[in-house]
Amino acid sequence: MLTSVNTMERPIAPSEFRAHSAVYREATSQTGKPNVSSTTKDWTAHIIAIRDKQDQVAFADLFAHFAPRVKGFLMKSGADASLAEECTQEVMATLWRKAHMFDPARASVATWIFTIARNKKIDALRKMRRPEPEDLPWGPEAEPDQADAIGLRQETEQLADAIKQLPDKQRKLIEQAYFGDLSHSEIAEITGLPLGTIKSRIRLALDRLRHAMN
Amino acid sequence: MINHHLTPELMMAYSAGTLPEAFALVVATHVSMCDGCRAEIDSFDAVGGCMVEDARAAALSVDSLEATMRLIAQGPATTKQMPRLSSGTLPSPLQDYVGGDLDAIKWRSIGMGVKQAILPTSSDATARLLYIPAGSAVPDHGHRGTELTLVLQGAFSDDEDRFARGDVEVANEDLQHTPVADIGMDCICLAATDAPLKFNAFIPRLAQRFLRI
Repeated sequence: MLTSVNTMERPIAPSEFRAHSAVYREATSQTGKPNVSSTTKDWTAHIIAIRDKQDQVAFADLFAHFAPRVKGFLMKSGADASLAEECTQEVMATLWRKAHMFDPARASVATWIFTIARNKKIDALRKMRRPEPEDLPWGPEAEPDQADAIGLRQETEQLADAIKQLPDKQRKLIEQAYFGDLSHSEIAEITGLPLGTIKSRIRLALDRLRHAMN
Repeated sequence: MINHHLTPELMMAYSAGTLPEAFALVVATHVSMCDGCRAEIDSFDAVGGCMVEDARAAALSVDSLEATMRLIAQGPATTKQMPRLSSGTLPSPLQDYVGGDLDAIKWRSIGMGVKQAILPTSSDATARLLYIPAGSAVPDHGHRGTELTLVLQGAFSDDEDRFARGDVEVANEDLQHTPVADIGMDCICLAATDAPLKFNAFIPRLAQRFLRI
């Protein structure tokens, strides 16, 4: 049974759906190897708009970009098209519901969506529980440090560029590790990822917040 | 002060979501006590974010967005959950499996004062809590696969090093060891294996079948 969307502040007009279909086409026509020089868009403002205003236009925009990628990710992880579609819709609905949990000092929007999709994959494809670490004592409501958020964003972009510039063989190995058809010992070969700066950035944000708590 | 951390391979596989549940439980429990490994796993998640960003886009069904909006409208309202924080000895992810703190563990004796409690995880690996009385040893054993041992209380030493609360020992097939608990305090560990342990004495090997160790 379908309920109407009258719990929302404002339903999306059909014209707005059409306006977004151009973005949708752009996203779906993308093929395999990504462009090295492309700067990834920052979607943080979209999440804030969803969190604070239940902004359906911002959501549609985010959906057009990420939903096809999440579905592609799930299909590559072994889901058939209909299961991947179902899971993608659930992942995107989770994004709406958990918008208040997003912390830009610790993750980019793409990273955060990855973790939601990954958890869905474990639940729906591997059919097991996912033990999650204890929450941090300051909880998700603390205001993230702006400098940390900006620094993290820059370092995430550097990481994305570094991954794109890896030799094909190594990039394929990383993909296999994340799409789930790589053994533990094979993963050992690929841990030379350029993660140093991003790790210290996250560590810094954690230290700063822990300090603020004391 | 934690001195023994997770390996990058374990953290990457946890981030990718490909570990057996028992190993993932050890990782989540260690990370609950270790900011360094938490930051490192967050950075592996960033690699996953790049994988999603670069994923080949799949065509969605025509009403995908509308269907998602219906899911949102039907689903629970945005829930503000209280952070999961443990005040006891066992970090929250482990309490989720035990159903409480230390006093909720259903121990079964496996001889010489050593006790264990097997936790319910997927069958590709086994997670168990081990209770080693102060000063006692776990029988000399080797491993067929990988064994992760995370100390929750007290400390133990083996041929390799000393391991205290928060420390994790990653043992593979090459390691033959006899962990001995420190004198001062009974030692409680979380151990995960993806293959049965190999004991060197005949009796424990026989007992293994009955005790599932």
